[in-house]
Amino acid sequence: MTSGRLFGWLCVAPYLILLVVFGIGPILYALYESLSDPRAYLNATADFRFLPAVGNVSLFMALYLPVMVIGVLLLALFVQDQRPLYGTTLRLVYMLPGAVTGSASVLLWYVMLQPALSPFAPLLSGMGLRTGNDVLKPSHLVVIFALMAFATGFGQWVVIMYGALQGVPQEVLEASRMDGCTWWQTALRIKLPLISKYVVYMVILAFTAGLQIFIEPQLLYGVAFTGSKSWSLNQLGLLFAFDNGDFAAAAALCLMLLAVCAVAACFLVFKAKFFETEVDR
Amino acid sequence: MTKRHGDRPMTELIGGAWVWRMSVSVVLGLVALACALPLVWLVLAPTKSDAEITGRHPLSFGSLGGYLAAWRNLTTFNDGVIYQWIGNSVLYTGGAVLLSVTTSLLAGYALAATKIAGRRVILLSTLLAMIVPPAALVLPLFLEVNAVQLTGTAWSVILPAGLYPFGVYLAFIYFSTLLPREVLEAARIDGCSEAALFARVALPLGKPLIALLTFFAFIGNWSNYFLPFVMLGDDETFNLPVGLGVLISGSPALNPALGGSDLPIHRPEAAITGVLTVVPVALVFLFAQRHLVRGLLDGAVKN
Repeated sequence: MTSGRLFGWLCVAPYLILLVVFGIGPILYALYESLSDPRAYLNATADFRFLPAVGNVSLFMALYLPVMVIGVLLLALFVQDQRPLYGTTLRLVYMLPGAVTGSASVLLWYVMLQPALSPFAPLLSGMGLRTGNDVLKPSHLVVIFALMAFATGFGQWVVIMYGALQGVPQEVLEASRMDGCTWWQTALRIKLPLISKYVVYMVILAFTAGLQIFIEPQLLYGVAFTGSKSWSLNQLGLLFAFDNGDFAAAAALCLMLLAVCAVAACFLVFKAKFFETEVDR
Repeated sequence: MTKRHGDRPMTELIGGAWVWRMSVSVVLGLVALACALPLVWLVLAPTKSDAEITGRHPLSFGSLGGYLAAWRNLTTFNDGVIYQWIGNSVLYTGGAVLLSVTTSLLAGYALAATKIAGRRVILLSTLLAMIVPPAALVLPLFLEVNAVQLTGTAWSVILPAGLYPFGVYLAFIYFSTLLPREVLEAARIDGCSEAALFARVALPLGKPLIALLTFFAFIGNWSNYFLPFVMLGDDETFNLPVGLGVLISGSPALNPALGGSDLPIHRPEAAITGVLTVVPVALVFLFAQRHLVRGLLDGAVKN
């Protein structure tokens, strides 16, 4: 081994140890745990709370993903048309809700959704929602969580999409204008196809993150007793582990969620070849 | 607008097109307003008493003394556990940032500058680890850490948070762009040792990268909720976000129905904890915006 390689290995080693112990280790341990009870997967999926949680998360994703993708693309396209100073300010302010995560975001959202407290009260009452209970009805939760997830994430994606759109060559845009393309035609037929890789990246990351939804339903239930302790699949996993003491079922549920994420990640890396240039350098 | 579109006939900017442009600008502004309002409310809330928060306009200002009063009340909660939470947040975030930035910087450099075996495999696993959201690993992590009986300790939060594949990827991109192989080879031929190459060439070049890595690691760890929530059981070990979660779900702060009305923990006290949790991140966001944008573009989605 040359000195270069030895040094290289020494540099990579601490990271590799962390990757093995806290990245691969937990997965292997969960696998071992889930196999310790031959009925773990059955217990997890046959639980009476499993299907409702799948339903909740699916509905949430069905609403959140399209809103996120269409919303971010429209906002990025529109922001690109603004004057530089206004555009920069907008992009900055759009990122602010991303700074509010976890319990702080639940606190803020709870207040924003209480007509008695919220600066958005006129808007809420305009929609016929006069009390906190009107807003936080269980049937509204999917919409609320989708709105929360959108608000937290969209700013960062607008910035990324904006950057990608700025990379579309001027000559191409010039040519499309010569051909008499309208704003929408330019956006749909020229700009979006050119940044499709970024769109795929966003869809997959939003998908894997959305599937794991946990904090919002967990804390909103704790604060307002709306929804349930097993609204989402990750919450149900936690219930299996802590309330039922069934670590095998918890591990099984987690691995199923992880498998879906891993498939999405592999698609991005191998099929969509998103990172190809870097890896093959 | 006329400046940017000066090559277009004026008629195009009058009438329909103008109305369309203006309405788009206004709608974008309204979205921005909706993003800013909750934070404005949060910063204003502790200036008011609990009764004023419900009684007065949501965006009204009380008095600066409100902050002091709310802070005094907050410090009575479980014998000043708030100081513990702040200390823990600093400890966990500091430890995790130090560990994650150091390991990812070293690994990213080695992957970019040396030809170690298994480089491709390490890079691919890093990419996969980057895409799988951290929340997916929290429960398996708990099971693992529980098996070695380390739950409830600071290590159970700091060590797992030290795994920072996104940072490794950023560092790898950074060094492979800025340190061409030829430069490295030339330095090696001149008799420069590997360690000296890293210390004298890579590190000085890597200052902006270190700032960027620290920024992302700080944001992620300061507001981390799920991992400490699962790992830590005793409220003296909580960080600010988990502590805030306890305040808002375990006290009458938001829900008077929870009872325990002798606790002086109400909305102003919860809001001040929220300010402590959110404002550092928001400030870092504002100041590091340029680096952030460039980092996201060069790193995560470089073409």
